[in-house]
Amino acid sequence: MRTVSSTRSRWGLRTLGLGYLALLLLAPLVMIFYKTFEHGLAPPLDAITSPDGLHALKLSLLMVAIAVPLNTIFGVGCALLLVRHKWKGNGAIDAIINLPFAISPIVIGLSLFLLYGAKGWFGPGLAEAGIEVLFSVPGMVLASIFVSLPFVVRETVPVLQEIGTEQEQAASTLGANAWQTFWRITLPAIRWGVAYGVVLTTARVLGEFGAVSIVSGQISGETETLPLFVEKQFANFNTAGAFGASVLLAVLALTTLLAMNVLKRKEDA
Amino acid sequence: MGISVEGASKSFGDFQALNDVSIEVPNGSLTALLGPSGSGKSTLLRAIAGLETLDAGRVMIDDEDVSKKPTQKREVGFVFQHYAAFKHMTVFENVGFGLKIRKWDKARISDRVHELLRLVQLDGLADRYPSQLSGGQRQRMALARALAVEPQVLLLDEPFGALDAKVRKDLRTWLRNLHEEMHVTTIFVTHDQEEAMDVAGQLVVMNEGRVEQSGSADDLYDHPANEFVMSFVGEVNRLGDGFVRPHDMDVVLDADENTEEAMVQRIVALGFEIRVEFVLADGTEVWAQLTRAELQKLELRQGQIVYLRPGKTKSFNGDVPSSDGSGASTPHGSQDGGDAEVSAAV
Repeated sequence: MRTVSSTRSRWGLRTLGLGYLALLLLAPLVMIFYKTFEHGLAPPLDAITSPDGLHALKLSLLMVAIAVPLNTIFGVGCALLLVRHKWKGNGAIDAIINLPFAISPIVIGLSLFLLYGAKGWFGPGLAEAGIEVLFSVPGMVLASIFVSLPFVVRETVPVLQEIGTEQEQAASTLGANAWQTFWRITLPAIRWGVAYGVVLTTARVLGEFGAVSIVSGQISGETETLPLFVEKQFANFNTAGAFGASVLLAVLALTTLLAMNVLKRKEDA
Repeated sequence: MGISVEGASKSFGDFQALNDVSIEVPNGSLTALLGPSGSGKSTLLRAIAGLETLDAGRVMIDDEDVSKKPTQKREVGFVFQHYAAFKHMTVFENVGFGLKIRKWDKARISDRVHELLRLVQLDGLADRYPSQLSGGQRQRMALARALAVEPQVLLLDEPFGALDAKVRKDLRTWLRNLHEEMHVTTIFVTHDQEEAMDVAGQLVVMNEGRVEQSGSADDLYDHPANEFVMSFVGEVNRLGDGFVRPHDMDVVLDADENTEEAMVQRIVALGFEIRVEFVLADGTEVWAQLTRAELQKLELRQGQIVYLRPGKTKSFNGDVPSSDGSGASTPHGSQDGGDAEVSAAV
């Protein structure tokens, strides 16, 4: 039974929760949007459409285009290994996968810098082969993959556990081989878990600053992603450019989230 | 296509699910694997389908050793207790799955699927998703899906276990009729002895990873090979070293040399059947199954002292069973299990 006091406390809790979220999450976002368009559309638009701005946008999208598919394939495969093939080493794999969550991105950047630098283990060999990892796209891709690696695994594992193995077994009794079973049964059954992992991975890759900032060398128009561009504009007191690029980043991330929600609602209907 | 399993053993860690099990299932028969949970019946069924690999022994389908064949090549239809419906596919797509894998063309798939949906009485529901079906409908869809690919054998793992009593009974009858129409060799796992007797022509009773006995329902009921079979297949009273069925307990009002004194403890009317519970002089509790007419004739009441004359008492203690459980009607293979038990007891 609902009593007056329980109704009141419920509303109290809601107000508190929403107020807390508004203050901590929404207020800064609203502020950025407001500041960006304070003097109209032109200043932020100019900043973004400058050659360096456009290059940063392209580079950020390139990071997404490479890191997200790789992490998705790896993530789904790894989740299958963890859930479907019980093995002693699974505990270790599980722990290692969480490393990017635990380690500060800047430390990740530094360790990559050391590993692929002139005195690192891999650096000299790769340099001889003519592959420059640091201060160029390969290093930035590596950093992006590293920091965003756990998301697909983490979102897929519980879904795989939940669907169980019966549907897969049923498919095999109906003549489907492992590959057919994966494409026709397993993947469709886990697709929302994977999709959510993909969205989180995309958001993380788009927003990554620390690790990429170290391995990229932040060369304008060459190795600058959108977050690095924002930082440089801000440091150079070009607030219009910084805010404009920030809003662009936020819009990209929100679009990914919205796209998934729309798709999911269609599916449920 | 007959199925035979020879010397099958399987352990899960310390637990031995199957211990040197051999069964023989004749072509076209409907056989029940009956046993309590943990008896190994599901493991045996899954081993036949290739969903479990055996530690030892082999599985033969139609005289071919399929032990090394992967599940998808064994051509078995398998129905799971919890349906294993493909949730993201419609009823039509579920039933047509195996045909699509076999690369049938669309028109042929459509014809075949609709034919099967008519057979399982789901023809109006082709476009529904499994979540929109009742349990009984889902299980019929699963059955249609298994039958669509014309399997050599049909394996059902507690197919009605998750359904309520009424639906269970309907589906039982329906499965029996379906088997009469299709004649595909069928093995069906259950822990419910009534269900096994109702549906199957041949029963294999399993316990603790072994076959205790196999044969027709009558064989098992009238000539159980051991104590376990006697108490698992049908009701039983224990009197000293002997066992007697409740309907073989005669209740009389006058003592003679073959009777034992008993006090009526409780009378329970279950429709036509009456269950009368007694306590003997030594404290043993037994019960007798009477008809309504018998009860009225005896005019029993609670607390009354009467006399019980147990007919057809069986003893498995060192004696050879009073009648041979492996008679001519007992199919092959079954004797292994039954005899092994008997000789072990001797």
